[in-house]
Amino acid sequence: MTPTDTTHPDTAPFLSLEAVRKTYPGVVALDRFSMEVRPGEVIGLVGENGAGKSTLMKILGGVTRPDSGTITVDGAAHDGLTVEQSIGSGIAFVHQELNLFENLDVAANIFFGREPLKAGPLRLVDRARLREMVAPLLKRVGANFSADAPVASLSLAQQQMVEIAKALSIKARLVILDEPTSSLPMAETEKLLDVIKGLKAQGISVIFISHRLHEIERVADRVVVLRDGTLAGTLAKDRINHDEMVRLMIGRMLKEREKAGEATRAPGSVALAAEAIRTSTYPDRPVSIELRRAEILGLAGLVGSGRTELARVLFGIEERLAGSVTLNGKPLDVGSAADAVANGIFLVPEDRKLTGVLLDLSIAQNISLPNLPAHARRSLVSAGAELATAEKQKKNLGIKAPSVLTRTGTLSGGNQQKVVLAKWLAMNPKVMILDEPTRGIDIGAKAEIYGLMRALADAGVAVLMISSDMEEVIGVSDRIAVMHEGQISGILDKDDFSQENVLLLAVGKKPKLLQAAGGAQ
Amino acid sequence: MSKKDLGLLILILVVGAVVTAINPRFLSAINLANTSNLVALFGILSIGQAFVIITGGIELSVGSLIALLGTLFIDFIAVRELDWPLAFVVIIVLGAVIGFVHGWLITRLKLQPFVVTLCGLLIYRGVARFYTADGTAGFAFGQNFPTLEFLTAGRSYGLPNSFIALIVIAIVMWVVLHRSVFGRYLYAIGKNEEAAKYSGIRTGRVIIAAYVICGVLTALSAIYFAMYTRSISPASHGQFYELYAIAAAVLGGFSLRGGEGSLVGVILGTVLLQELQNLVNLLGIPSSLNFAVMGGVILIGVLVDQQWGVFRARRRMIEATRQNVAGAPAE
Repeated sequence: MTPTDTTHPDTAPFLSLEAVRKTYPGVVALDRFSMEVRPGEVIGLVGENGAGKSTLMKILGGVTRPDSGTITVDGAAHDGLTVEQSIGSGIAFVHQELNLFENLDVAANIFFGREPLKAGPLRLVDRARLREMVAPLLKRVGANFSADAPVASLSLAQQQMVEIAKALSIKARLVILDEPTSSLPMAETEKLLDVIKGLKAQGISVIFISHRLHEIERVADRVVVLRDGTLAGTLAKDRINHDEMVRLMIGRMLKEREKAGEATRAPGSVALAAEAIRTSTYPDRPVSIELRRAEILGLAGLVGSGRTELARVLFGIEERLAGSVTLNGKPLDVGSAADAVANGIFLVPEDRKLTGVLLDLSIAQNISLPNLPAHARRSLVSAGAELATAEKQKKNLGIKAPSVLTRTGTLSGGNQQKVVLAKWLAMNPKVMILDEPTRGIDIGAKAEIYGLMRALADAGVAVLMISSDMEEVIGVSDRIAVMHEGQISGILDKDDFSQENVLLLAVGKKPKLLQAAGGAQ
Repeated sequence: MSKKDLGLLILILVVGAVVTAINPRFLSAINLANTSNLVALFGILSIGQAFVIITGGIELSVGSLIALLGTLFIDFIAVRELDWPLAFVVIIVLGAVIGFVHGWLITRLKLQPFVVTLCGLLIYRGVARFYTADGTAGFAFGQNFPTLEFLTAGRSYGLPNSFIALIVIAIVMWVVLHRSVFGRYLYAIGKNEEAAKYSGIRTGRVIIAAYVICGVLTALSAIYFAMYTRSISPASHGQFYELYAIAAAVLGGFSLRGGEGSLVGVILGTVLLQELQNLVNLLGIPSSLNFAVMGGVILIGVLVDQQWGVFRARRRMIEATRQNVAGAPAE
C-alpha cells in the first residue's frame, strides 16, 4: 500500500518485548506479552478498552516497571525502562490529549525547555537559531503552517504534527501514536496517515493505536492484537483485514453473564425521547434516542463517541444546541440539572468523586441534597427527617459505613456509588441515566448495582446505562444502542446481542443481524 | 461551638488578660463600650463577607461601598433632607442591587469574583469622591436626628445599640447559615460547585443571593459607620475595610477556597482584630505599627490552624491503618 517498503525483515528489531508481565492488586494487566518492532515498521495495535494497551504504553514510556520479562531496545536488554532510558533511546509518545502550550507558538512548543540560548549573562532565547532548528522538522512532518503560528490557531491534526515534530526533535526512532485520530474529522485524518507514511519512509518505527480499524488497514505493516492483557494474535501485512482483527479482539465466547437478572416485564411506553439533538462535541450530528419505561437501554460505543455528552444534555448540565426532548409525550425544556431533577430525570455521572458525591459531606447530607426542601420545615433543615431518609437508604442499598454521619470521602468506591444512587432512589426516579456506573468498583458491589438497576426497571423506570465494558453492556441491557462519532449507529435487540455486533456498530460498520431487516438505522 | 472557635475564644481571653494586667483600663466601662461598638460595626460587615467567602468567592469592594453608601446616606438626610427611614431603605436597597450585579456578573457572565469586586473597589471609591467633589459629607451645625442617633450611636442598659443590633443579626444569620436549606446549599457549593450542580441545585441563584446578603449587610454597616464618624471624606473613609472583613473571616476559620467556616468564628475573628487594635492603643505601641501587629497575628493564627489540621489528618490516618491491620476492612 505504501509506495516504498523500507521494512527489512532481516534487520535487527529496534525494540523487542519478551514475556512481559505486569499485575496490579487484583488484576493481571499484561501477561506473557511479546512483540517486536523493526526500524521503519508501522505496527497497528488494537484491543478493546481495558485490554492492556495503556499498561503496555506505560511500560514503554518508563512510567511503570513490569513484574517480569525483558525489554530489549537497540540491542540492550532491560528488566524495565526508566523515563530517562525511554526518552534516551528514542521512544516518543503522541497522546490523544495533546500536551501543547496553546498560548505559545509552534517553535517554542517543539523546543520547550531546550531552547537555543544566546551567549551572555541574560541567556536570551536565540530566535534565529530556533527557527533554523525547527524548519527541517516541520518539513519532515509535511507541515503546512509556519513555525511562528500560535498553536491555538492550528487545527487538531496540525497540532498533532507539532507533537510529532517534537518527537522527531529528540531524534525519535520509535513514535507511539495513542489514538491520534479519535478526535479528528475525516480530511484531517488523511493528513495524519500521510505523516505516518512519511515517518516510515525515513526509517522511523511507528506504533499506531486506534479504534478505527480501517485506518489500521491502510497504514500498518503488521497488527498486534491485545485481549485481556495477553497477545491474542499478530497479523502479517497480507492478513490484515477488518473481520480478522475483530475476531481476535473478541476471541472467546462471552464469560458467564454478569447478572442483572432478566427483565420480568415487557418494556413500556416511551418515557424520554430526544429528537435530533446536537451536542457541543458533535455540533453537526443530530442524535435521537428513545428511553422506554421498564427497560434497561445499554449505550455502548468507543470513548469519545459522544455518549457522555448525550447524557449530560439529557440531564441539562450541558447546553442543547438544537433538537427537542419530550417526557411522556410532553415537550420538556431542561435548561439546567435542576429542571431535570424536578422532572424525575436523574444522572449518576461518570466521575463519581468530582461530580457524583460531595466527598466532604456526610452520607446523610449527600442523600438529602437534591431534595433538601422536602427535608425541611419553613426552610430550616430537619435533621430528623434527613437522618430517617438516609438510614432507610443505607439499609435498602446496603451501604457499608459506620453511620450515616460518616464522611462520604472515607467510603470505598462501591459504597460512594451507592450513595449517589441512594440520593436519587429516595426521590422516585422516572428516568435514570447511569454513566459508567461500575467503573473502578469491585465485583461484589458491581453485582449489587446491576441488581438495583434491574429493580428500577421492574418498578417502571426508564434506565439508560452508558458503559464501555462489553460484558456489562451485553449482560445487563434489554436493548443496546451503539454510538459512533456522535450518532446512534444502530440499536440491537436481545437476539442480536454479541460483542462482535456491538464492536461493528461502534466502528461504524453494519452488524450481523438474525433478521435481515431492522437494527441499524 | 467547634474546637476551632473555642481555641479562638481562649486566645481572645488570654490576650485580654495580658492587656489588663499591663493596663487595667482595658476593662474600663468606656473602653469596653467603645470596643464593642467597633466590634459591632466591623462584625456586621464581616458577616456579609463571610457569606461570600463560604461560596469560594471574595468581595473586595466593601470598603469603597462603605464610603459611597455612607456619603449618600449623609447627603440624603443632611443636604437633601429626606426622611431618614426612607434614606435608610434606599441605601439598603442600593446595597442589595450592587450585590446582585456582582453576583450576576460572576455567575452569568463567568467573571472571576476577584476581578469583579476589584473593579467595584475602584469604581465606588471614584464615584464617592466625585459625588462630593472630593469634599467632605457631614452634618450642618445643630442638625439632629434623635431617633436615628439613638439607634446607631446610643446605648441601652449600658450596651451600645449597635452591639445589640450585631447580636440580633448574628443570631438570624447563624440560623440561615447553619440551619437553613440555603445555608446547606452555600456549604455544598463552596465544597464542590460542580457536584452541587449535578445534585440539581441552582448554584447560580444561590451564589447571587450570597452577594446580595453581603451587599445588604455592607449597606447597613455603612450607615452605622457614617453615624459613628458623622463626617465622611470619601477619599479615605472605609479604606482597607474589605481587608478587615476578610481577615476576620480567615481568623475565624474560613477557607478562601470556600465551604468552611462558622458564624461564631467570624464574630470571634472580628473581636480578636478589634482587641488587637485596642491593645496597640492601650499599650502605647506606636500606632504606625497597627497593621504590622494585625498581620503578624493573623499569620500566626493561620499557621497554627494549618499545622493543627496536618497533625489531625496524620493521626486519623494512623488510626485508620491500625483499624485495617486489626482486621476491620474499610469496605
